[in-house]
Amino acid sequence: MRTITVRQAIQEALREEMRRDENVFLMGEDIAYYGSAYGVTKGFVDEFGEKRVKDTPISETAIIGAATGAALGGLRPIPEIMSINFALQALDQVVNHSAKLSYMFGGQMKVPMVMRTPAGWSQLSATHSQTLELLFAYIPGLKVVMPSTPYDHKGLLKSAIRDDDPVIFIEHALIYGAKGEVPEEEYLVPIGKSVVRRPGKDVTVVAYSRMAMLAMEAANDLAAEGIDVEVIDLRTLRPLDMEPVIESVKKTNRVVIAEEGWKTYGIGAEVQSRIYEEAFDYIDAPVRRVAGVEVPAPYNKHLEMAAYPHKANIVAAIREVLK
Amino acid sequence: MVDKQLALEWYRKMALIRRFEEKCAEGYAYAKIGGFLHLYIGQEAVAVGAIGALNDDDDIVTHYRDHGHAIARGLDTNALMAELYGKATGCSKGRGGSMHFADASKHFWGGYALVGAHLPLAVGLAMASQYKGENRLAMAIFGDGSTNNGGFHESLNMAAVFKLPVIFLIENNLYSMGVALHRDSSISDLYKRAASYGIHGEAFDGMDVQAAYEATKRAVEHVRAGNGPVLLEAKTYRFRGHSMADPEMYRSKEEVEFWKQKDPITTWKARCVEAGIATAAEFDEMEAAANREAEESVKFADESPEPELSTLCDYIYANPIGQTEYQPV
Repeated sequence: MRTITVRQAIQEALREEMRRDENVFLMGEDIAYYGSAYGVTKGFVDEFGEKRVKDTPISETAIIGAATGAALGGLRPIPEIMSINFALQALDQVVNHSAKLSYMFGGQMKVPMVMRTPAGWSQLSATHSQTLELLFAYIPGLKVVMPSTPYDHKGLLKSAIRDDDPVIFIEHALIYGAKGEVPEEEYLVPIGKSVVRRPGKDVTVVAYSRMAMLAMEAANDLAAEGIDVEVIDLRTLRPLDMEPVIESVKKTNRVVIAEEGWKTYGIGAEVQSRIYEEAFDYIDAPVRRVAGVEVPAPYNKHLEMAAYPHKANIVAAIREVLK
Repeated sequence: MVDKQLALEWYRKMALIRRFEEKCAEGYAYAKIGGFLHLYIGQEAVAVGAIGALNDDDDIVTHYRDHGHAIARGLDTNALMAELYGKATGCSKGRGGSMHFADASKHFWGGYALVGAHLPLAVGLAMASQYKGENRLAMAIFGDGSTNNGGFHESLNMAAVFKLPVIFLIENNLYSMGVALHRDSSISDLYKRAASYGIHGEAFDGMDVQAAYEATKRAVEHVRAGNGPVLLEAKTYRFRGHSMADPEMYRSKEEVEFWKQKDPITTWKARCVEAGIATAAEFDEMEAAANREAEESVKFADESPEPELSTLCDYIYANPIGQTEYQPV
């Protein structure tokens, strides 16, 4: 099978869905002639024109509010927020409008919008490096997706665009260049389904996005020592599909949860408590969490590397639960 | 002057809003209505005149003081009162309450409760109309307080940049809750803010239904001709407090009395009778019809069923995934 990058997978999903449905359009800061901050929408304005690839003012409130309104008006907008950190400027629209209109008005409205936004870090310091997916995952009414592989990026983005509810689609900038197998023919990946990325019998690692990729590397390293790691990629953070996790825990009895976000109140905290609620009798060792250090992101590269979790941290946590 | 039928219809709608809201106040006193209740009484001419100048399929988004706009657009008053009573038959099925009236089938996209935050929704609705090459325009209705919020600036700028068909209508009732306009705004003629965006701005007498209608008609023509958005300012006043909880310590009784002399309903009737457009008896018939409709809405709301608890989690998603049914805590 051919191999493409995460960035290419996203581009293919957008292009295919825009060709398929003329109501699908892109809007955001610098997405047309600049080609977006991470180059994802490069060339799109040439194929689809300014009507469907709209450069907007730096107005995050208006971008997400207008996308929500355009969705009410029968379109399928894909607003891009240049960085998840800037989404804080749009949080009121997302939380109070995009997520609420269906419920608040008794089911007479729907908001088929996909907010795409890159997350991640690389010496961008405190205000440009935050791991904020939790803020969205907390909100009923949203669907929140944060994939790892190119295959999932493409299939989940296509599902998100066809979904009638607001979807927050979060891309980790550090894996835009990661490669993986993606078929030529069309496919969809369903929202709300966690996946067993690698079967194993000794220990379960639950992760998503970049950490799921690192978990796979850690599992491959440990396989050489005869440690058989099962990796589960959550892929969707809301609704959270715990079924494969619980099934896995019942088999391995040992769990590591890996995320980049701050540990306190984090995604890992939720997964951990659900494991204790639903599979307490199957746990042979305390569930361990690998997470970011609770500090605003520093600029200095050594400090920054120390602030985020890496493959070595996952490996260490696996050894710990296997003791 | 306007023709007789229109004069009477405007009167009927203004009277209906007034009678409906008097019933709201009663319902609130009897604890049939909970939460916040913001009455529109005094401002009726703005809703009836401005919305009357739109086509039925023009899109409307408005603020939390939304009863008048919903009635002016022709939403079913039974469903509106039932919404206030929190009943299953309410326009938002008892999920929204006073601040969240809506009827998507009438392009009335709802009342919104965060000051200035709904303006971008109108920008988006207009974007959809422009995108599809339709002739619909969008109207965003909001208070003077909204003009100090970032959503106002971002929306007017974006609508102007894209030349979108939007009418931004400020209902300037002189108070942001309890803060007088001169204490929170750098200028008192808010329509002048249009100049910052290179768009047309205009003010009108918000106590005069005909002035509201005519100013909005001009704005509609300007917007439909493809000239981009317009900023309208209605100079108006609310006779009641900000909400039912407001002891009104921030304004004088004399000031309220001064504005009550401009009551949009009684002055309209007097003007029309004097001009010979219709007789006092004909206006009284309209008044009686409004009374009956308001009373009927209370009866309907009172007799309607509460929503079933089993429906608590309905409507969170248009396309639910996984377990979304209500599980008692």
